[in-house]
Amino acid sequence: MADRIKIRAQTQGEITDIRILMQHPMETGQRKDDQGQRLPMRFIQTFTVSLNGKPIIDGQLNTSISKNPLFAFKARGMKIGDKLSVAWKDNLGEQRQDETTVT
Amino acid sequence: MFELRRKLLKGGASAALLSPLIGTGLLAPSRLLAAEWNKNAFTALTVNDALKAYGSANAIESRDIVINAPEIAENGAKVEVDITSNIANTRSLAIFADKNPMPLCSAIEFSGPVLPYVRAQLKMAETTRIRAVAKTADGKSHVAFREIKVTLGGCGG
Repeated sequence: MADRIKIRAQTQGEITDIRILMQHPMETGQRKDDQGQRLPMRFIQTFTVSLNGKPIIDGQLNTSISKNPLFAFKARGMKIGDKLSVAWKDNLGEQRQDETTVT
Repeated sequence: MFELRRKLLKGGASAALLSPLIGTGLLAPSRLLAAEWNKNAFTALTVNDALKAYGSANAIESRDIVINAPEIAENGAKVEVDITSNIANTRSLAIFADKNPMPLCSAIEFSGPVLPYVRAQLKMAETTRIRAVAKTADGKSHVAFREIKVTLGGCGG
C-alpha cells in the first residue's frame, strides 16, 4: 500500500495555494542496488486533482520527476470547505487517492 | 477502477448508463476525462522528438513564460523549478530538460479555477537547458528556456 498523499490547500484572499506531496520512490530503472542489480522502473505516470469531485488538474509525469515529489499549484476562487482530492497511478498499476478540505 | 473505465469506454457505454455509477463515486468524472499517458512524448530520447510527439515542434519563443530555477543545482536528484505563464488562455504547461535521457519531464493540464502556474521537482542528469512549453486554448505552443548547471547528476547511481 502506497503512503498517504500529503495535500495542503490554504487560501489567502482570492488565491489558494495548493501543495501536493506524493510519497513514491520514482525509480528511473537506471539505478542499481548494493548487489549491482538494476532496480526496476517504478514511477507515477498520471495524477488528477479534483475539486468537489470535478477534475481541475491532469498531470502526466516521467521517471525524471524526483523521488517523493512536491508539486505546487495556485487557484482563484476556491471556497473554504471545498473538497480537494488527489489520485495518482504508477506504471505498475499501483494507485492512491487522498482528500483534504480547503482552508 | 481504471480497468473498469477501459471496459466501459471500449463498450461504448452511454452517459445514461454511467451516470448512476458517477453518483455513487465509484466512477469519478475525472476517470472518464483523464487522458492516456503520452507514451510517445515521454519515451522520446531527444528533445526534438519529444516536442514533436507532444505537438509543440513549432513552439514560438515567449517572454511571457517565467521560469524560476536555481542557476546551479548541487544535487540533480531534486531540482525545484517553478513556471508561470502570463499568456492568456494557457491550458497546459510542460517541462523538458534537453539533455535528460528522456527529455519530457511533466505535462500538466489545468481547467476551472487553476492558474497557469506549476512548481515541480525534477531529476537532471547533467547541466542542461530546460524549456517550459505553454499550450493555449487555440492549440498554439509557446516556449521559454533556462540553463541550469548541475554539479551532481540525479539519474544514475
